[in-house]
Amino acid sequence: MNDKIRVIVAKPGLDGHDRGAKVIARSFRDAGFEVIYTGLRQTPEQIVNAALQEDADVIGLSVLSGAHMTLCPRIMELMKKEGLDDVLVLVGGIIPDQDIPELKRAGIAEVFQPGASTEEIITYVRNHVRRK
Amino acid sequence: MNFWGVAMAKDIGSRLFTTVSGVPIERLYTPEDVRNLDYEKDLGDPGKPPYTRGIYPTMYRGRLWTMRQFSGFGSAADTNERFHYLLKHGQTGLSVAFHLPTLMGYDSDHPMSVGEVGKCGVAIDSLADMETLFKGIPLDQISTSMTTNAPATILWSMYLVVAEKQGVDWKKLRGTIQNDILKEYIAQKTYIFPPKPSMKLIVDTFEFGSEHVPQWNTISISGYHIREAGSTALQELAFTLYDGIEYIEWARRHGLDVDEFAPRLSFFFNAHNDLFEEVAKYRAARNVWYKVMTERFLCKNPKSAVLRFHTQTAGCALTAQQPYNNIVRVAIQALAAVLGGTQSLHTNSLDETLALPTEHAARIALRTQQILAYETGITNTVDPLAGSYFVERLTLDMEKGCWDYFDRLDAMGGMVAAIERGFPQREIQDAAYEYQRAIERKEKIIVGVNDFVVENEPPIDILLIDESVTAQQIARLQTLRETRDNGRVRATLSALRDAAAGNHVNMMPYILECVRAYATLGEICDELRGVYGVYEEPTF
Repeated sequence: MNDKIRVIVAKPGLDGHDRGAKVIARSFRDAGFEVIYTGLRQTPEQIVNAALQEDADVIGLSVLSGAHMTLCPRIMELMKKEGLDDVLVLVGGIIPDQDIPELKRAGIAEVFQPGASTEEIITYVRNHVRRK
Repeated sequence: MNFWGVAMAKDIGSRLFTTVSGVPIERLYTPEDVRNLDYEKDLGDPGKPPYTRGIYPTMYRGRLWTMRQFSGFGSAADTNERFHYLLKHGQTGLSVAFHLPTLMGYDSDHPMSVGEVGKCGVAIDSLADMETLFKGIPLDQISTSMTTNAPATILWSMYLVVAEKQGVDWKKLRGTIQNDILKEYIAQKTYIFPPKPSMKLIVDTFEFGSEHVPQWNTISISGYHIREAGSTALQELAFTLYDGIEYIEWARRHGLDVDEFAPRLSFFFNAHNDLFEEVAKYRAARNVWYKVMTERFLCKNPKSAVLRFHTQTAGCALTAQQPYNNIVRVAIQALAAVLGGTQSLHTNSLDETLALPTEHAARIALRTQQILAYETGITNTVDPLAGSYFVERLTLDMEKGCWDYFDRLDAMGGMVAAIERGFPQREIQDAAYEYQRAIERKEKIIVGVNDFVVENEPPIDILLIDESVTAQQIARLQTLRETRDNGRVRATLSALRDAAAGNHVNMMPYILECVRAYATLGEICDELRGVYGVYEEPTF
């Protein structure tokens, strides 16, 4: 059995700014994770479906459009419905401080804002991933 | 020992002394570095070929650059209010930011628009919203830039019809549509249709504009987004100018004469933190474009060979940490743009990495330009950095780098072919990754991020877009659909579909008819999607 950490890197919402998603996907790969990048403009349903199909340990969401407060809670709701409670869900992008408590209440494990280092994110994943 | 002492003592290689783009820089530049520089051939007086020193003889003595702050949020009425505010405070041109559903060709009530309405820009679903957006603004007295690409034909048509309703002759209209789809495939990814029909629509705007809206810039060929996606300064310049070459090739294949539309091509560059590298980039841009137009395209109209450009300071160079420091970064970036001879400028607000700007932050950004223009003396003389051994060497290197990239792109069969094989995308991704590694290894210091960090900063006030914007926008859209003449809408949409399928007429008159009938942007795009299909990005 493959014991690599399996990560889905996904971009919900309509923005096409994929610099962060691509950099983090490559950094995860370099760190030895198995990475599936979903591509742009994924609906919450598509992302949760990908997590199911790929048996993901972690989902990394990248949102820069300002739609995170609608999309992230919707994704978490679908995750719960599918019984994916043990998947670690992280968000990166343009997320104001003010929004972080509500995102965490919705079940997002951690939020990484502009300036976060890839090393910090990788370490967070290693320390918090809940392996099945 | 201090940093410089350490550096000298250990003779650390050039790695530490590189531009923001990673280009090694020498300790000292001397006459030897510009030995082959020929004043007439490589520089020329301002206003004279090859325009390296600027496109006008008097530059900012004659007229300052246009201070054009990109803005748009919430509803058309919200943004109209911001426009009036900016004009009242001395802004000299308008620049519209549309929200993502508009940019992607969806109406505000489309399922893909959930959570996005009015967030990244203003919600425009139909001519009715565009009328509100420009309420009280006479379109013959202002120039307007519209950042729209895939649906540029539609939003431009809406603007033209608003002018029509104000009784303004299209020949008096001044402004720009971004209309640059190639950099969307390359970098920003806000595309709808595949390359072929997208290029057709762009050529249609060149043709339509030169005949009916002669003062309008029908494209703003943009490096800004390429740089924001992580490219180097050279990649930004080379890919952008080559995109320009590609548009001209397509227009010529369509039978257009270069001198008919080339004078209306404009450019848009980024202004990053590395002052001298950026100035070299702008100077090289004019020089290379002059040679492209005269030697490759054999243009006869001198205006065809002149590169005019807008600049925006680099959003990607700003930090969420200690955000007030961004005012300083923006000032230096804006200085680079002015020293580089920009025609118009947007300065980012200090809260750029957090949200759309508050009124207060937007005013500081505008004031930054005004301080540069009125207090510093940099506008007194043209191209003040000319003759610097360092800046001239950087400029020459930037030019050479461009020609090298052009050879590679030519060999691939042009930019559309290069995009299809992922070449520019990979180059940019690699540069973005290297830059991130350099920051994490602390080879590049970002103040407040990987050094000089402050813990527990209090958050600053940011602009929040009220969720009620969505409901109100959707309600307006529903009312419109109930009250307009739907027979006329169906007829114009059907004529549009037939014209698109026939593929041999200019689409602008058909789109204008749909707009006049108050067909929505989403309805028009749906018809075009039905005929043209949609672009799916391969994974690179």
